[in-house]
Amino acid sequence: MMRRTTLILAVVLMACGARPAAAERLVVSLSNHRVAITSSFTGEDLVLFGTIEPDTARTALRSAYDLVVTVTGPRQTLRTRRKQRVLGIWVNVDSREFVRVPSYLAILSNRPVAQIANQDTVRRLQMGLDNFLLPQRIGQDIADTVRDDSYRLAFVRLEGQQGLYSEIASAVTFLTPTVFRAAIPLPSDVPVGNFAVDVKVFADGALIARTNSALEVTKAGFEQYVADAARDHALLYGLLTALMALVTGWIASVVFRRD
Amino acid sequence: MQIYLPIADLPVNIFLVLGMGLAVGFISGMFGIGGGFLMTPLLIFIGVTPAVAVASVASHIAASSFSGAINYWRKRALDIALALMLLSAGIVGTATGVWLFTKLRELDQLDLVIGLSYVTLLTAVGCLMIYESLRAVIRARHGMPATLRRPGSHTWLHGLPFKLRFKRSKIYVSAIPVWAIGFLIGFVGAIMGIGGGFLLVPMLIYFLRVPTATVIGTSMVLTLVTMASATVMHAVTNHLVDAVLALILMVGGVIGAQFGARTGQRMRGERLRLLLGLLVFAVGLRFAYALVVRPEDLYSLRNVGFE
Repeated sequence: MMRRTTLILAVVLMACGARPAAAERLVVSLSNHRVAITSSFTGEDLVLFGTIEPDTARTALRSAYDLVVTVTGPRQTLRTRRKQRVLGIWVNVDSREFVRVPSYLAILSNRPVAQIANQDTVRRLQMGLDNFLLPQRIGQDIADTVRDDSYRLAFVRLEGQQGLYSEIASAVTFLTPTVFRAAIPLPSDVPVGNFAVDVKVFADGALIARTNSALEVTKAGFEQYVADAARDHALLYGLLTALMALVTGWIASVVFRRD
Repeated sequence: MQIYLPIADLPVNIFLVLGMGLAVGFISGMFGIGGGFLMTPLLIFIGVTPAVAVASVASHIAASSFSGAINYWRKRALDIALALMLLSAGIVGTATGVWLFTKLRELDQLDLVIGLSYVTLLTAVGCLMIYESLRAVIRARHGMPATLRRPGSHTWLHGLPFKLRFKRSKIYVSAIPVWAIGFLIGFVGAIMGIGGGFLLVPMLIYFLRVPTATVIGTSMVLTLVTMASATVMHAVTNHLVDAVLALILMVGGVIGAQFGARTGQRMRGERLRLLLGLLVFAVGLRFAYALVVRPEDLYSLRNVGFE
């Protein structure tokens, strides 16, 4: 249900963005649509290039634009646990589940989102980590909490420490008033799956154009093979690992034989 | 050189992990133990989650105990009948351990239980070893012979039914304590990611009166089978065994063990036991410290499921 509502909302918003009053068009391109995690992967910076063009030749371009790029990774459910001292030792006593939240979230802009548009717009378009919907399971309900909820704060902080959640107000640079580039930082433990890239252009605090792109992160080669085997052929994988241990042990005893 | 671990999902320096394998292998060869109680904490320290560390170390211990067992087999210094008897219970213990491991993980209490088990087991065993070996050192200094009070000293364990005779070890004991020990070692190994050699050897000596000639070889056979089956079971139930990590550890471990064994043979038995006791105790204290001191971050995350 929620998924459908979001989808409809997104479609409506996109329709609004595609035919705004002022006719600007947004053209973007990613430096790489498919990021492969190989054995030497230690993170990667993707670059998004784009330009703001007049829709018809006669439309005059405005002098200043603002840009917000939102990158979301595959959805996942995470549990945030809180430790408390019980009988002198620290124990996980309480936990809150974050349901279907992005495993990767980067909100990149050319200046702080609060300066780009008014409070209402910023909240409605989920600009910034404070305004992004992070639904939690609270009893029977699933809802986002206030932004200074302790679990929400801890969740965003922990994800931020891993480089998975970020809000960078200087990641987008304008090369000319209409040509821009944005750096998307992918950490070494970036989740695997499909990523959505949503690009919004603002002028004078109003959304005037919007477009999206996508990229895919996959494990490649040997890593892919091992991870697939561990999941899909668990028994065989386990037996082979045990066999590998025996062979290693046997080789060692032959190589280092002293009699 | 960085290498990406496919199951642990993080990049590590291959030489760091290899070095850890060598160092732990050296200690394990020196004392004739698997070294899991050192390796698992080290892996947790470099950022591998406790669950993946426990599951992957199992195969590492299987490798080092297999190369050890072959050596003892060549010297005819192992008791197959006793090992099989311990094993029949050890497998059940491992399966129970893996089951409990999965349950605790769901309840978010796995890290706590791993920590608590390390503290209690290691500090207790460490204390006992230090006490016993210090007495032996003092006795040796006073020129008294080390009395192992082996023959004739019967405990209540010898009064139990289902008696079995183990020819190679020259003992005649009830099957009940043998099964109990096997079960315990398998169980503890699956939960804590340790082979249990440092527990099994003293238990066999003190409770079953197994002679020192066959005790280490027999313990290695048991460790080998419980750890190999723990690898398979962890792979099937939790999908947490990282074969790449395990391979790097194994290679380092078996090489280090060879050098450790040579160093160990040049040292006196009671000194060796004192050192091991201190080491075990220190690791236990380290875990106690981590449990008691306020953690840097009270919150932690756990993935419950991808879409």
